[in-house]
Amino acid sequence: MSTETHHKTAVHALDDLPLLGRDLSFHEVTELVAHHTEKKTPTAWFGAFALANAGLLLLVAMIAYLFWNGTGVWGLNNPVGWGYAIVNFVFWVGIGHAGTLISAILFLFRQQWRTAINRSAEAMTIFAVMCALIFPGIHVGRVWAAYWMLPIPNQMEMWPQFKSPLLWDVFAVSTYFTVSAVFWYVGMIPDLATMRDRATTTLRRKVLGFLSMGWTGANRHWRNYEKAYLLLAALATPLVLSVHSVVSFDFAVSIIPGWHTTIFPPYFVAGAIFSGFAMVVTLLVIARKIYKLEDIITIGHLEKMNIIILLTGTMVGFAYITEFFIAWYSGVKYEQYAFLNRAFGPYAWAYWTMMFCNLVFPQFFWFKKLRRSIPFMFAVSITTNIGMWFERFVITVTSLHRDYLPSSWDYYTPTWVDVLTFVGSFGLFFTLFLLFLRFAPMVAIAEVKYVMPQADPHYYDDHGDGHAGDQAAKLARSSHHAS
Amino acid sequence: MSTIKELARDVKGSMGIFDGKDESLYGVLAEFRHPGALLEAARSVREAGFKRFDVHSPFPIHGMDRAMGLGNSLVGWLTVGGGIAGMALGVWLQWWTSAVDYPINISGKPFFAIEPSIPVIFELTILLAALSTVIGMFALNGLPRPYNPLFYSDRFRKVTDDGFFLHIAASDRRFDLESTQKLLRDLGATHIETIRDSGTADAEA
Repeated sequence: MSTETHHKTAVHALDDLPLLGRDLSFHEVTELVAHHTEKKTPTAWFGAFALANAGLLLLVAMIAYLFWNGTGVWGLNNPVGWGYAIVNFVFWVGIGHAGTLISAILFLFRQQWRTAINRSAEAMTIFAVMCALIFPGIHVGRVWAAYWMLPIPNQMEMWPQFKSPLLWDVFAVSTYFTVSAVFWYVGMIPDLATMRDRATTTLRRKVLGFLSMGWTGANRHWRNYEKAYLLLAALATPLVLSVHSVVSFDFAVSIIPGWHTTIFPPYFVAGAIFSGFAMVVTLLVIARKIYKLEDIITIGHLEKMNIIILLTGTMVGFAYITEFFIAWYSGVKYEQYAFLNRAFGPYAWAYWTMMFCNLVFPQFFWFKKLRRSIPFMFAVSITTNIGMWFERFVITVTSLHRDYLPSSWDYYTPTWVDVLTFVGSFGLFFTLFLLFLRFAPMVAIAEVKYVMPQADPHYYDDHGDGHAGDQAAKLARSSHHAS
Repeated sequence: MSTIKELARDVKGSMGIFDGKDESLYGVLAEFRHPGALLEAARSVREAGFKRFDVHSPFPIHGMDRAMGLGNSLVGWLTVGGGIAGMALGVWLQWWTSAVDYPINISGKPFFAIEPSIPVIFELTILLAALSTVIGMFALNGLPRPYNPLFYSDRFRKVTDDGFFLHIAASDRRFDLESTQKLLRDLGATHIETIRDSGTADAEA
C-alpha cells in the first residue's frame, strides 16, 4: 500500500495520553481489525462456539419444557409471584446500558478513547437486550397471548392498559432495542465498506456490498452521516436513562414495602451502568488478548472503564445505604421491617453477597496498580456481575417473600428449570457475541482513524509535505496544541 | 421542464450522484497524499468554480464541508419532524384506545391523563425521531447506491483504507478533460485517472 501516507509519530490524544498503544498507520489499523474477519476460522473459535451453542440449546430446551408444562415448573409460590424471570430480565437489560453509555454519552462528551471499545460494547448491548426480551416473553404463562403486550387490534377489541408500568416497559425496552440496533448498524456502514473493498471472494464482496449500501466515503455523505450520528447519540442518551428508570417503575410504582421508593430510577440507572461496564471489561479483557488488539484496546482504556466501575459502584453502594436510612427515617414499620429482613432475615446471605460484590470490591480500584492489573480487574468484573444479579434478586424476592400477614410468608427457592434457563441465556449471549467477533468489524475502524493525529488536516502543515501555512499561522497552531 | 430536470440534477448532485457526459465519460479521479493535501485541493477546486465534485476519504475530514462550500446538513429537520410525529402518535394512541375506542374504568382513574402517558409518549418520540434520522440520512445521501462508476477504479478501493480521493464529475460546466487533469496535477495529486461509466477505467497517470 502507499507508504507515503504513513506518517509515524507518537499517537497522542488532546490530553497527551496515548489513544493507541503504539504508532500505527491508517492501513495498520484497518489490517489489525479487518483481518480477523478474513482469516481462516480458528479452531479455538469453533470450540467456544460449540460451548455457547450447547448453552443456547439448553435455553431452547428449558423454554420448550416451560411451554409444555406451564410456569409451575418454576419455583414461584404464593407471595413470591416474581422470581428468576424478572431478575434475569433486569440483569440483562442493565448489562446493555454500558454499550449505549459508551457509544452515545461518551460521544457527546467527546471522550475519544471510546472509539476503541464502542463497537463491541454496542454489540454487547444488543445481545444483552435480546436475552432480556426473552424473559418477559416466556413468563406470561399463556405464551400464545404474549402479543397482548402490544397495541395490536384483536378480536376482543381490547387494548393494552397504558397506565401500567409493565406496558411502559414494553415500549421502553423495544424502543431501546430498535434504536441501539440502528445506531450500531449505521456506525458499522463505513467499516463494512472497508471490508467490502478488501474482499477477495465474490460472495464476500456481494454480501458486504449489500450491507455497506454502496458507501464510498464521500464527503457529501460524511456530512449527513456525522450529523445523523450526533443526533442519534443525542436521542440515545435520554433513552438509555429512561429505559432503566422505566424498568425501576415496574417496582417503584407498586406499593410493596422495599419497592415503593423514589430513589429507584437513578439507583437502577447507576447499577445498570455499573454492571454493563463490568461485562464490557470481562469481554474485552479476553477479546483483546485473543485477537491481539492490545494496541487498540489499551490498558489505559481498561483503566478508564475501571474508574467508571468505581464511580458507579460507589453510587450504587450509596443508594443501598440511603434506602436503609430512609426506611428508618420514614417511621413506617413495614418499610423498616422490609429492610431489616433483607439484611438479617432468611435472605441475608444474598444481601451480603450483594453488599460485598458491589460496595466493597470495586473500592480497590482507588489503587492505580489494581486498576491496571488485568487479573484483578477481570476478577472484579465477574464479582460485579454476580453482585448485580444478586441485587435484583434481593430487591425482587426479599420484598415479596414476607407479605403483611405472617400467614402469607414463604421461602422462595428456584428450581433446576429456573437455574438452567438463566445459564442457557448466557449460551444465547455468547453465541451471538462469537458470531459478531467472527464476522463483523469488532472495532470501529473509521472512528479510530478519525481520532488519530494524522487524520487532522493541519497535522501536515508542520511536516513540510503538505501546503505549509505561513509562519504566524504555524505558531498560532502550535501554541493552540500546547494549551 | 428543463428547470425540473436541472433541479433533479442538483438534488442528485448534493448526494454525490453525477450524470455522465459524452456517452461514457463520468469524471476524473485524483488521489492525494494525505487529508491535509485533500483539504487544500478541495478548496482550490471550489475556488476554480467547480460545483460537481466530491472528496472521498476513509474518515470524515475536519473542515472539509467548509472547504467544499457545503452548508449545514438537513438531517436535523427530519429528526425534529419524526420526533413531533412520534409524540403525536403517543398522545393519540393512548387517548384513543383508552378513552375513545374501549374505555375501561380502572381503579376510578381517568380514562386518559397526561401523567401516566408520559413514558410511552417519550419512547415513541425517541423511536420515530431516531428512525427518521437514519432513514433521512440515507435518503439525503442517495443510499443505498449499489452502482457507482467510481467502483470501476481498482485504486479507489483504498478509499476505505488509507486513500484520499477527489472526484470531479464530467457533467460540471467547467469540466474539460485536459485542463481539469492539469489542475489536479498542479494541486499535487499523486495519481490521476479518467473514470468511464461503461467498461473498466483506464489509468492515465
